[in-house]
Amino acid sequence: MHIPIEHYALPNGLRVILSEDHATPIVAVNLWYHVGSANEREGRTGFAHLFEHMLFQGSAQVGANEHFELIQRAGGTLNGSTWLDRTNYYETLPSHQLELALWLEADRMARLLPAMTQEKLDTQRDVVKNERRWSVDNQPYGTWWERLPALCFPSEHPFHHSLIGSMEDLSEASLEDVAAFFRTYYTPDNAVLTIAGDVDPAEARQLVERHFGEIPRGTRRPALPDMSLPPTFGGRRRAVVEDAVVAPRLFLAFRIPPAGDEVWYAAYLLSAVLGSGEACRLETALVRDQAIATSANAYTYDLTKGSDLLVVDVTARPGTDPAALEAAVEREIDRMIVEGVGETERRRALALLETAWVTELQSAGSRADALSKFATYHDDPTLLNAELARYAAVSADEATAFARRYLVAENRATLLYVPQVAEGVA
Amino acid sequence: MSPSLAGVPKRPQPGTPRSYHFPAVHRHTLPNGVKVVVVPMPRLPIVTAMVYVDAGANADPAGEEGLALLTASSLTEGIVGCEGTPLVERFEQLGTVASVWADWEGSYARLTVLKEKVAPALALLAEVLRAPTFPVREVERLRDQRLSGLTQQLAEPRGLADERFDAFLYAPSMRYARPVGGTPQTVPRLTREGVVAFHTRHYGPATTTLVLVGDLTPEAGVQLATTALGGWAHAAARGPAVHDTAAESARRIVLVEKPDAPQSELRVGHVGVPRLHPDYLAIVVMNGLLGGFFSSRINLNLREKHAFTYGASSSFDWRRAAGPFTVGTAVKTEVTARALEEILKEIDAMRAAPPTASELALAADYLAGVFPLRFESTAAVAGTVAMAESLGVPEDFYSTYRERVRALTADEVHVAARTHLHPDRLLVLAVGDTAAVAPMLDGMGLGPVTRVAAEFDPTEGR
Repeated sequence: MHIPIEHYALPNGLRVILSEDHATPIVAVNLWYHVGSANEREGRTGFAHLFEHMLFQGSAQVGANEHFELIQRAGGTLNGSTWLDRTNYYETLPSHQLELALWLEADRMARLLPAMTQEKLDTQRDVVKNERRWSVDNQPYGTWWERLPALCFPSEHPFHHSLIGSMEDLSEASLEDVAAFFRTYYTPDNAVLTIAGDVDPAEARQLVERHFGEIPRGTRRPALPDMSLPPTFGGRRRAVVEDAVVAPRLFLAFRIPPAGDEVWYAAYLLSAVLGSGEACRLETALVRDQAIATSANAYTYDLTKGSDLLVVDVTARPGTDPAALEAAVEREIDRMIVEGVGETERRRALALLETAWVTELQSAGSRADALSKFATYHDDPTLLNAELARYAAVSADEATAFARRYLVAENRATLLYVPQVAEGVA
Repeated sequence: MSPSLAGVPKRPQPGTPRSYHFPAVHRHTLPNGVKVVVVPMPRLPIVTAMVYVDAGANADPAGEEGLALLTASSLTEGIVGCEGTPLVERFEQLGTVASVWADWEGSYARLTVLKEKVAPALALLAEVLRAPTFPVREVERLRDQRLSGLTQQLAEPRGLADERFDAFLYAPSMRYARPVGGTPQTVPRLTREGVVAFHTRHYGPATTTLVLVGDLTPEAGVQLATTALGGWAHAAARGPAVHDTAAESARRIVLVEKPDAPQSELRVGHVGVPRLHPDYLAIVVMNGLLGGFFSSRINLNLREKHAFTYGASSSFDWRRAAGPFTVGTAVKTEVTARALEEILKEIDAMRAAPPTASELALAADYLAGVFPLRFESTAAVAGTVAMAESLGVPEDFYSTYRERVRALTADEVHVAARTHLHPDRLLVLAVGDTAAVAPMLDGMGLGPVTRVAAEFDPTEGR
């Protein structure tokens, strides 16, 4: 499968990617800004994400929530999301409405600040606090995605702190912070714009020039600090969390080279052999044979700066002794090191990946997001078409060698959730 | 206009819409009665195969709720000579995972595979459908896993709120009062013998539809179906008719205890409408305006005006009989009563006056516009075709959907609100800090307030 890709840059630094496909009269517009929670300053955890909410509160020519309304009136879907080192905004809509999406994205990139008010900031701050309550504080294991990075990255590292942010820091965010963040990071030279689907490239180039061509480039964007770390943790790390849960859950993380590195593909293959699909090692051993767990997965975090994480994530059956869970998982990891990766399990993992790859790229929105990702992280969207071959090139021996170097005991970080001891039980 | 906007591009006008047609659907019936539906979508070299069997949770015997789901889940656990992981491995070596599940109406098996592997994948899928061995160890493991899931759900407020809402909404004798997967009371009663009996009774060519969507022709699809299922001979019965009586017809409040919860998971609603009701489209548009998408009244009110929540929505759950109509949200504990008031106001307002022309256009243009977006993938089209089959949705529904949505009038939408929203019958359920919430709701005059523990299940003992 080959995705058609055209790419170029405007004089103001905006990188533009066009991917034509006329099967259905719909088009996806996808904008990545190379900024995320890693760029937050001290005392402002959660700000990058709060700022994402503010981008739906209008701009010079657009009213509060009108971005949503106009796209929905046009028959489209839209949203945005914030990650450690990027923020994306996207619309999928009938192709004859392409210019509307470009106009909306350009108006907020060029002219956000005239629409910002204290009232809007206060409202979105409360919405985000409710998002935190809903997704983190009132969910079993909900704190894992802030506790795991905190355990795995040193305290001064940009990936260490919480993406959703603390209630205290969210309370401190001001309109001045909004203005400074916008001027610093929401500039065309810090963004990638992808248009995928039913689009005429020549027409799209004109529209992009009309709406984005006049936006000035940024001037004073500070670089992220050096994010490189020693290749492994160099010792065991461990945190045990009592939570309002009924079953223990173990996250076992390993530091690995950053996504996109030559050796990283071996890490992906290893994670799939361990924990992807239903015939993977962890599910076979822990869910089926030993029946100690209800789910067992492994995945990579896909971080491209400094280092990445491979995470094994196993939820025990209620009533399981947490120590027994830990021992069972570690036994499977140790077995992986001793036995290595076999050719049959390598083929299984690659076959699943290949089908998932084609399935995922059916959607214009997914193609656009993948192209923006490769352009943002690796400065080359055409890597998308070479990507599947890079996974397939990993041999079972290379995956085995990777396991023996990176799954070792000195490179394990344990985040273990255990049920709170019930109070008042006689 | 402010001078700073001189020369800045103004809001553009849309271009000329390009035509969209729901993919052509080709139907065929094999001599043994298996229905075959082929939908060519040749853009990418993949095929989704989806089997629908006309017996779901509605066909569970009383006292064995959860049997249809356990039966479907156990299909891929064994065939003659290959059980457990090795069978799953055979699917995965073909690059696919066979998903098996049941809903109210039916039982399903689905996989998506690269085109060149569709024949062996479909052969394997047919075998697990026709001749599963249901190894006792695996069936019991899946049953115990369901029980674990029910225990885990006690700590998960969203799922708990959904499930308890249905439990309090429907009369205890109704199948809809219990979740598809069964309850802590019924699941322990499920056995391999029950699974075998359910399969024998309900799985056969007469109850089976095979949907094939993707890079294949109608002829190739029928050929594949014939090879896989043409030789299947076994008499099978569809599931029974289903009923939807409510437990009560007056307003009442149920508070489910989750100590120290920072939020209340709120569910507000009543028994809704069967899918084949003639007002279906008017209800869909009405619900869209009420709480069906981001720019709806309830979401803009609770999230953007009051900042009570991260999001709020309303929905009708479309089933053969009347599924629930529900407004759902999670709000900070302190504002539970105020949020509830706003929800009730919005339901009343929807009944009090027809929507404005601008609102009506928003809902209709949104629903008609996003329609093609829903069908980008082979799996989405297969799921829609199977759902239409299971609910008896008319053949021309998808080809005429967009025109019919746009033709609805404000009066028709208003009539739908007046006819199908029943503020006097609302069940209000909140999972949260009941000690904090109960005093707030006591004084509202909304009806009796009942406080229960998370473990309390009103369907027990029936």
